[in-house]
Amino acid sequence: MLILRSSSRLARLSARPTAHPARFPSAQLPTPTALVRRALHSYPVLPTAIDATSPEFKERADAMKVLEDELRTLLTNIELGGGEKARARAKESGKLLVRERINELLDPFSPFLELSPFAGHEMYDGPLPAGGIVTGIGRIAGTECMIVANDATVKGGSYHPVTVKKHLRAQAIANENRLPCVYLVESGGAALPYQANVFPDREHFGRIFFNMAQMSARAIPQIAVVHGISVAGGAYVPAMADENIIVANQGTIFLAGPPLVKAALGEEVDSETLGGGQMHATESGVVDHLAVSDSHALSIARSSVKSLSYHPLPYESKYAQAETKEGEIEEPVYDPKELGGVVGTNLKKTWDMREVVARVVDGSRFQEWKKEYGPTIVTGFAHIHGHPVGIIANNGVILSPSALKATQFVQLCEQRGIPLVFLVNISGFMVGKDAEKGGIAKNGAKMVRAVAATTVPKFTVIVGGSYGAGNYGMAGRAYDPRFLWMWPNARVSVMGGDQLQDVMATVSKDTSKTSKLKAQIEHESTPLYASARLWDDGVIAPSDTRSVLGLGLSVAMKSWEPKDRERGNFGVFRM
Amino acid sequence: MLSKRAQHRLHARLLTTSRAAARPVALERASAAPPAGAPLRATASRTQQRSLATVASSVPHTLNSAPAKPLFDKILIANRGEIACRVMRTAQALGIKCVAVFSEADANSMHVKMADEAYLLGPAPSSESYLRTDKIIEICRLSGAQAVHPGYGFLSENAGFAEQLHKNGIVFIGPPASAIVSMGSKSESKDIMLRAGVPCVPGWHPSSSASPDSQKPDFLQTEADKIGYPVLIKAVSGGGGKGMKIVEKAEDFKGQLESAKREAMKGFGDDRVLLEKYLSTPRHVEVQIFSDTHGNHVSLFERDCSVQRRHQKIIEEAPAPGLEEPLREKLFDMARKAAEAVNYTGAGTVEFIMDANDPNQFFFMEMNTRLQVEHPISEAITGVDLVSWQLEVAAGNPIPLKQSEIKCNGHAFECRIYAEDPRNNFLPDTGLLRHVRPPAVSKHVRMETGFGTGDEISVFYDPMIAKLIVHGSSRTEALRILRKALAEYQIVGPQTNIEFLKRLTENEAFIAGEVETGFIAKHHDNLFAPDNEPSSATLAQAGIFVALRELEAAKAAAAGSPPSPWTSTSLGGFRVGGNPKAFQRTVDFTHSAPSSSAPAVAEESRTATVSLSAPSSSGSFDVTVTDFSGSSTEFPLSHPSIQPTSAGATLSTLLGEQLSLVDIVAHSSSNAVEGEKLNLFNTGEKFVGAVEVKKPAWMALVGGGDKAAAAGSARAPMPSRIVQVFVEAGQTVTAGTPLVMVEAMKTEHVLRAPRDGVVDRVIATVGELVPEGKVLVKFVEEEGASSA
Repeated sequence: MLILRSSSRLARLSARPTAHPARFPSAQLPTPTALVRRALHSYPVLPTAIDATSPEFKERADAMKVLEDELRTLLTNIELGGGEKARARAKESGKLLVRERINELLDPFSPFLELSPFAGHEMYDGPLPAGGIVTGIGRIAGTECMIVANDATVKGGSYHPVTVKKHLRAQAIANENRLPCVYLVESGGAALPYQANVFPDREHFGRIFFNMAQMSARAIPQIAVVHGISVAGGAYVPAMADENIIVANQGTIFLAGPPLVKAALGEEVDSETLGGGQMHATESGVVDHLAVSDSHALSIARSSVKSLSYHPLPYESKYAQAETKEGEIEEPVYDPKELGGVVGTNLKKTWDMREVVARVVDGSRFQEWKKEYGPTIVTGFAHIHGHPVGIIANNGVILSPSALKATQFVQLCEQRGIPLVFLVNISGFMVGKDAEKGGIAKNGAKMVRAVAATTVPKFTVIVGGSYGAGNYGMAGRAYDPRFLWMWPNARVSVMGGDQLQDVMATVSKDTSKTSKLKAQIEHESTPLYASARLWDDGVIAPSDTRSVLGLGLSVAMKSWEPKDRERGNFGVFRM
Repeated sequence: MLSKRAQHRLHARLLTTSRAAARPVALERASAAPPAGAPLRATASRTQQRSLATVASSVPHTLNSAPAKPLFDKILIANRGEIACRVMRTAQALGIKCVAVFSEADANSMHVKMADEAYLLGPAPSSESYLRTDKIIEICRLSGAQAVHPGYGFLSENAGFAEQLHKNGIVFIGPPASAIVSMGSKSESKDIMLRAGVPCVPGWHPSSSASPDSQKPDFLQTEADKIGYPVLIKAVSGGGGKGMKIVEKAEDFKGQLESAKREAMKGFGDDRVLLEKYLSTPRHVEVQIFSDTHGNHVSLFERDCSVQRRHQKIIEEAPAPGLEEPLREKLFDMARKAAEAVNYTGAGTVEFIMDANDPNQFFFMEMNTRLQVEHPISEAITGVDLVSWQLEVAAGNPIPLKQSEIKCNGHAFECRIYAEDPRNNFLPDTGLLRHVRPPAVSKHVRMETGFGTGDEISVFYDPMIAKLIVHGSSRTEALRILRKALAEYQIVGPQTNIEFLKRLTENEAFIAGEVETGFIAKHHDNLFAPDNEPSSATLAQAGIFVALRELEAAKAAAAGSPPSPWTSTSLGGFRVGGNPKAFQRTVDFTHSAPSSSAPAVAEESRTATVSLSAPSSSGSFDVTVTDFSGSSTEFPLSHPSIQPTSAGATLSTLLGEQLSLVDIVAHSSSNAVEGEKLNLFNTGEKFVGAVEVKKPAWMALVGGGDKAAAAGSARAPMPSRIVQVFVEAGQTVTAGTPLVMVEAMKTEHVLRAPRDGVVDRVIATVGELVPEGKVLVKFVEEEGASSA
């Protein structure tokens, strides 16, 4: 019986199309034991109703592709960094460009989970590619690290308000996930015209150094590499780092540059004498390592990370364990590349969110929970890259039963220590006489409370709309998910454009005003607008959903330990 | 269904096979070398395969009326390397137990593993091990060996040893001592040959009664002048080209004489020399003869060994190309006469020198009273196992075949695979054999070797790694088989002559059979044409190899942890946003110089670049190659499959429309200057060699050593001994000035100044043993030659 089941599984596996006759050796075929284990212990495979050959599918897929291509074109341009002249100047002086630095810093073939590359897009007078700073998670000497790298080809690497925000967001992620930080420094400090929005407030420039101190105190290592000018406030990044490296005859660290020194004291001094690597390495002791080039400095940084002997937790967290062994992770049965065609770009048209789940989770296997109750929310258990997850996904507007179901499911995951993945396409909580009578306000509040208070890591992917209070219940940005990503077709706003128009029509007769406001809100609800302001951690291609969730889960769960849940913990309420 | 009879036959065959394979493989041995004389219960791990050859059992037994005398039960093989293994194979197949002897350097070598018993002789130098006749006789007594097979070299032509054995009641598997004495002395042998009517080369040789004055330089110069130049100086007791010098003009004579005498003294303990007329286009043709104690002398046809470097054979063939039948018969006849003249027994070779332009002009050169290195080609064309004949004859039996029964069948070649650097005057090389993959043996291809992967080619002995023997129905066929076998041959470690042999066997003149001893010099330009460079396909494979290894390494580093997408191949090089150019793994390669000998001049080494995309979900890479000549090729969707091997991997990748198959052997250099070397073997193309993974530029700047810094000094080209130092500190030298003379592999080499300059320090001291790469003479750094 057992053999029959496993062999039929084998037959199905082998029937999967492969691009090449010989499979890549690393993409190991499961062992017979693995197959038996799966047959015995795994969740059922989701069925699909998608016909990838239908004209409707193709139409939806094409529409998504147009959006993806637009973003990719934009991104490719952003990845170049600053203007051609600035780049040429950097290369001439023997420097590496910021992304070259990151590539050399990372282990060969390490993934790089870049954060919010659209930051600063169309926010200021001129372009500010990537907000002037590249941030992301990558593997260095075998350890996942947060990398924060100034791009000096973009306005000299100066900090605009969004630059600060992006820097702080990277630090927040590092802090939450206990990731060592490596700062590649080349920045003139705050962009003076914006100083009011850069310098004084709680979440402004000073917070960078506060965070470094805090993280260092929490034993999260802070390493800085000084590739260029590092002046004024910027000087504190290497100074506050646990260990730092400077490139000789290229990096400089000083609190005030030569012109300011001259103005203040009348001293005439060149920048190398004032704050060059040689001086800091031999006299001031501000730096630990003196490198001969960018590449050399990055090599030293890699060794520094190696020397951390870093473990995110001082002990092996049982929650950190993925449940699957090497070689046993199943790719989804259905191609993640079909997601665009599953969803399309027309948010007025709905789709079964299980089709999305089936293209994200391991083996398309899903243990749905409370399937028949509150069907506008789909809840259930699955694995992503071996990590157990609880999935909460929208299949329509949230009604009281759906809210209660989601609340109870969050409690289940809290009790079991299972991270939550929110797949968001929500127009909001149900309105109307019946809904209010049914207590949608209190039931929705239960869901929002549960999502807000749960201690397990949350991951949010906005695959459609995220409107109104639905945004709160589905772990919007304000609810501190570890990561929040948007699809190119997604929208985030207080309400949909059409509803807004209806609402406006009731308060104002001026149609030109309402349509203008509608256009404004529609513009402001786009992923690009949102991502530019760091309302998310990036806009991703639908087909990358599984990958970014896997990478994010991996760093989150490596460092997660359940908080003390005893006080006020009533266990799981049946809602 | 098989008939009962057929089944029976099959069963019998299986039995035979299993019996042959049933040798125990247990190896009881402490890791440390046992004290000298302690027996080793070693059994063979039969790693060495051999085919084509005549196995002992196939020797046709002539039905002589006299009952055959029994062969020995146990023999000692007083040799090492391939010949020890080769002798044992036949002996063991005949049920004879074999005793191996070994030096400390050879404790783990193949011949020791193969033997039934093995005994330590002493330290590595031959004089303290393989030449210790007293110890060998003692071991015979200890082990109960009834006879000694000397192989070639070492004690094979040592009459004193043969006599000592005789006195101790042990049989020497070889000729009587008297024949060795007569033939060992080149002068005496010529006297004998002249009396027997065998033509000899004009020359001067000391008769046994000659006065000591006859070895004085002035006297010898007069004799040389008489013979007329070019003149060959040879060690009286020599062989194998050692102590042999060609003198082109009278004024060079004394210098060369001194060198010849020194080498002769060192090699043979006898510095007497003889002089010979040197033929300018000679061929070296030799006849394999065999004699028994019953007065039978047969020839097993001739071999041509003309193509030589450093007066040593490199490739041999049988029969000799282009000789008319009557001439051959005349040669065989002369050879048998020579054997008769000295009452020869056993295997022997009569060497003739022949004018390539007029083969009828031939002279006796010498007789080698041993089984020769190149004997397998005679075996190939006759189907005779010469070692089994040696054993029969030594036991007192007659030669198993009559002359009329010995047939010459087809054509055979032997290539000697040496650890040496053909591009540096065939300077011997030594070192660890990191990887050895010989060509597949078959009925046409035979391998004889005593060394495999992990063995060391030692500075103390001959640098021959193996012999490759092929047999075909014609010379053309044999040569074709040889070329294919050479193409399959893979060795990583010391420099070898394999690439040179490939060129040689592809050379038009060689194919036409225009062989002569000056062949290599004559065809120098063709044989030493610049190396082919790796094709872009091969470079792509090297890049893919590096990439796959990095992907595996990430996983290996995380071994034991739960699987992580951060190390999964499917997310290798993952970048958010899907810009395919956002991730590129770029690997730079430099071209490893084929010769280690070139003075370490800081030249701008050329770079090839391989760029790889992130792997696709199916594991394909988009590969872009910029080769060493700077031209770019794109290989989209290259899909590799990798088969790890002990020292690297075999990569099979669809590159464009071609399925490219490359064997890669990787090894890191122990010094900080060189990057990792990837040895690339691709039978589909001309390039075989190594590329070096380029180290980052900063390494040279931070004192990781750099090639430029090494330019201002002279280094030992190989592990060697300092013989003489010609310069002292403070001396001004010009490029080419001799600095130091070193000796390695029993040959002397002069190191010369790489440039004009002033000697800063002489680090070498006479008599010192120095490792490869050691700085021997340092120069004063020049003004303006900055180290940065």
